[in-house]
Amino acid sequence: MKIIVDRDLCQGHGVCESEAPDVFSVSKQGILTVVDESPAEPLRALVEQAVAFCPTKALRIEED
Amino acid sequence: MTTNVETREPPQVSGGDSEHGHLEELRRDPIGLMRRTRAECGDVGQFRLADKEVVLLTGAEANEWFFRAPEDLLDQAEAYPFMTPIFGQGVVFDAPPERRREMLHNQSLRDKFMRGHASTISDEVDTMVAGWSDSGTIDLLDWFAELTIYTSSACLIGTKFRTALDQRFARLYHDLEQGTDALAYVDPYADIETFHRRDAARRGLVALVQAIMDGRRDGPPATDEDRDLLDVLMSIRDDDGGPKFSTDVVTGMFISMMFAGHHTTSGTAAWTLIELLRHPEVLARVTAELDALYAHGEEVSYQALRSMPQLESAIKEALRLHPPLILVLRMAKEELEVEGFRIAPGKLVGASLAVSNRMPEDFPDADDFVPERYLEPRAEDRLNPWTWIPFGAGRHRCVGAPFAMMQLKAIFSVLLRGWEFELAQPSESYRNDHSKMVVQLQQPCAVHYRRRREAAGEPPA
Repeated sequence: MKIIVDRDLCQGHGVCESEAPDVFSVSKQGILTVVDESPAEPLRALVEQAVAFCPTKALRIEED
Repeated sequence: MTTNVETREPPQVSGGDSEHGHLEELRRDPIGLMRRTRAECGDVGQFRLADKEVVLLTGAEANEWFFRAPEDLLDQAEAYPFMTPIFGQGVVFDAPPERRREMLHNQSLRDKFMRGHASTISDEVDTMVAGWSDSGTIDLLDWFAELTIYTSSACLIGTKFRTALDQRFARLYHDLEQGTDALAYVDPYADIETFHRRDAARRGLVALVQAIMDGRRDGPPATDEDRDLLDVLMSIRDDDGGPKFSTDVVTGMFISMMFAGHHTTSGTAAWTLIELLRHPEVLARVTAELDALYAHGEEVSYQALRSMPQLESAIKEALRLHPPLILVLRMAKEELEVEGFRIAPGKLVGASLAVSNRMPEDFPDADDFVPERYLEPRAEDRLNPWTWIPFGAGRHRCVGAPFAMMQLKAIFSVLLRGWEFELAQPSESYRNDHSKMVVQLQQPCAVHYRRRREAAGEPPA
């Protein structure tokens, strides 16, 4: 799986970081970095949570 | 964005023959005007506000274009002349997205601060209902407007500042919100009563903040634990060693910080309660959900962040039917094109939340209160990200939306577990007052309350 960020929508709330801290990192200035753009399968549940709870719906998963 | 030779001017909606175009109609029946614009013109139509043309966009395609447009094409600051006298000169109305990101962080709206805010909010509701008898009547506008003054000041500025406030602050703040007549598009300082009251209210708020600041200068210095935003602002010095921010500017900052979250949350809380009382079967499901979540004495600070599908759906549906902002505006900074229509620089461009939220093609039974539409698999809010837009969308989406949802969940966690409510006037008599750009409930808007015999969390007798 690959994580796609819509930068027009992301506001840096940091919910994804709370859900999957190994995959997402949000800086003090609210800039999102996807630390692991193609996370391993065991992380899927956490990444799906991050996608579902993103308040601006800026994240999606693209399957390989 | 390039313009091709075949672009046309947007069609003009009917009416608007008087001096200020459609201004009078916008002050009288804005939703009617915007619905007619869509009906006559389609996704892209136009009406006139004094000397400004307003290009009104509705529908998913035009909305997506609007909400994705960057600041240098569609500017927000110049679109709201009625806000300048409220915030004061030199206090920014809106900041570019990069700055908004920082503000989101600075204003403690981030995810990790939410639990503390939930606790603060439930304490504020507890304090307000502590003054209630076993039964009585409240005015929804007055009550929720006062509550949300306390919650927003406590969460955004600090509890120390909040405890220095009382009803006077809430009343003055209400006068500010009432000072948003669209006549400001002709003259923000026109000689009308609501503008005079607005200016007097702002002076009154500056005086209240001044008194609080005077008390702090004379009192003991702030400790690390109780330091709030006012202490921080008072401690900042300019190059000559004097205070960097005047009382007027500090007050303007507080007014602007609280503005976006105040009348919006207050109105949504009121409309959620009204719709729940109009739909007892939904209210029963929401109350049962809350009773179950708090069955073992759980704290609101924890539960208000958890999923509450019944209550969340009811809030979302109240937001869809009664969005606190019915029209959001920008100004075109260069020549733009949308769906084959040309937008000349200097025109206002608007997206109508009130019209888009009720588009029958996206929302079956669009005028009905149907909270089930948000449950899986329908999930009509997620399915329609560019028409389910009570919080706007895209890069300018309300940054306080998660905070607002948490706050509403915390408020109803306290109210519905401890109290029962009943409409105190005919159901259809609850309506919004659209005569100002800040939409508020029209008074009277009373409900009766009564202490629940069997409060949640206690075993049934």
